[in-house]
Amino acid sequence: MSDLITLPLHAVAHGRTGDKGNRSNISLIPYVAEAFPHLLEQVTEARVLDLFRHKGATDVTRYELPNLPAMNFVIDNALEGGVNSSLNQDLHGKTLSFMLLGEIEVTVPRSCIPAGSRYL
Amino acid sequence: MTVYIGSGAGFAGDRLDAGIPVVETLKKKNGPRYLIFEVMGERTLAIAQRIKMRKPEMGYSPYLEPYLRNVLKSAKENNVTIVANLGNANPLGGAKRTHELAKELGVKGLRVAVVLGDDLLAFMAADEIANLPTVEGVSIDGKEIVAANAYLGARPVAEALKLGVDVVLVGRTTDAALVLGPLIHEYGWGPEDWDLLAQGTLAGHLLECGGQVTGGYFCDPGFKDVPGLDQLGFPIGEIEADGTLTITKADDTGGMVTRATVIEQMLYEVHDPSAYLTPDVQLDVTGVTLTEDGKDRIRVVGAKGSSPPETLKVTVSADGGWLGESEMIYAGPNALARARLAADVVRSRVKSHGVTEPVRIEITGTGATYDNDASERERAKNMPMDGEYRLRAAIRTADKATAQYVNDEVLSLFCSGPAGGGGYRCNVTGQVNTASVLVPRGPVEAQARAEEVAP
Repeated sequence: MSDLITLPLHAVAHGRTGDKGNRSNISLIPYVAEAFPHLLEQVTEARVLDLFRHKGATDVTRYELPNLPAMNFVIDNALEGGVNSSLNQDLHGKTLSFMLLGEIEVTVPRSCIPAGSRYL
Repeated sequence: MTVYIGSGAGFAGDRLDAGIPVVETLKKKNGPRYLIFEVMGERTLAIAQRIKMRKPEMGYSPYLEPYLRNVLKSAKENNVTIVANLGNANPLGGAKRTHELAKELGVKGLRVAVVLGDDLLAFMAADEIANLPTVEGVSIDGKEIVAANAYLGARPVAEALKLGVDVVLVGRTTDAALVLGPLIHEYGWGPEDWDLLAQGTLAGHLLECGGQVTGGYFCDPGFKDVPGLDQLGFPIGEIEADGTLTITKADDTGGMVTRATVIEQMLYEVHDPSAYLTPDVQLDVTGVTLTEDGKDRIRVVGAKGSSPPETLKVTVSADGGWLGESEMIYAGPNALARARLAADVVRSRVKSHGVTEPVRIEITGTGATYDNDASERERAKNMPMDGEYRLRAAIRTADKATAQYVNDEVLSLFCSGPAGGGGYRCNVTGQVNTASVLVPRGPVEAQARAEEVAP
């Protein structure tokens, strides 16, 4: 298994954040479809909740779209009140997809990293 | 037949010239063609309502004129029908302004229709609205309601198009209704053609944010490269009678349409992808397949629909007090220590002044955006002392004076704080609080109507 590599999610996937009230959604889309089962196994609801708990997050639901493939995380109370009451300079939490991509690490076969990636 | 629907704006503040190449592309197409502008946010409506209270002829989008000025003449001359929520809190006022603009631009015979009936305050008592069940946002109990608008679906938009007009101005409808309305009008899709309505709603969802589906807000250099962001081409949807959708973009522009750009936008602001609720249909995108159909062309099929909820979503807005924000930058050797001392000084001053509202005092450059009000993560991190760090204070208050006071404390660091602070900036801005509530659809839909507005 020497071809396994541990890297931030950013090496393996991309995503976008949306907000509704105090709830954030972050999509997670692997660059290489082969990475999807590894993401399902490792990027769990519990890990994502741990990442956002300090902001007040109380619950995470992961929706799976295997035929794209992609997944969608819905994080309750992650936005410090959202646009109505947040004091964060990013009221909508638009930057949070890159927090997920940067701060969660995954271990995947090298073939899950797109050719030419600066992570390789 | 194919219906062509392009986007000219995905939010209030989008590029004013993006619609021009879209119209240039649409006019070469053989089939009904439309240009949509989506410029309404929850807060823009409340602000527009306030303006309308002072000046009854105003309250339409301040972007109506700058967006339409660029395309009105060519759209009319090339049979590109404009469907836009530029009506905001006052579609009738917007229609009048559109006629004036047409006259000014020498556009002859322009016909404009509006969709009305989304404004609950026109036919419901404020306390009745305040008692509706809240699903999202802050409680507006006891506050004066500034605006309460229901999200209408696509049917009234289709009715407006049936009048044979060149421009349809709506207030609060779903964003997707700007696209689904034309499709219902062109193809005669019935209220229970669930899968067709689902495809049309998905088309709307993909197009409503403009360049977000063509590589805008997507590019991550070295990872997700996008050519020509400075001339980003806005999207065009090509929709067949069976609902088959192809997403492409304006000719001779930058940007790109790939499976990845479409997937990111498809899941944008979606919660359960099997149950995206709209007044027209409940949309399920879990079975959608995306296939490349040439360069910058993605075919989208497989959306499933089912019957929509018995309620409509309403955005209720109330006064939200004031947000004060102020910043000072520290750079060079020991910058972080000086910024941290500045933060401590402001904290101490604000506390002894007796400010009771939470004040967030943070240092940009230390991961502040990902941190919380207490800067817990920053304290746990070992950051380099040298560099460039920006102090920021933020407070929300009911009175403007307290917000200004906190800003003034940051300003006073110039002479009384640590060495080398500079670049002070501040603002105090009025805020709107919003809540989403649910209203039974029957009585609201009875108010929804389309009418033509004469010059």
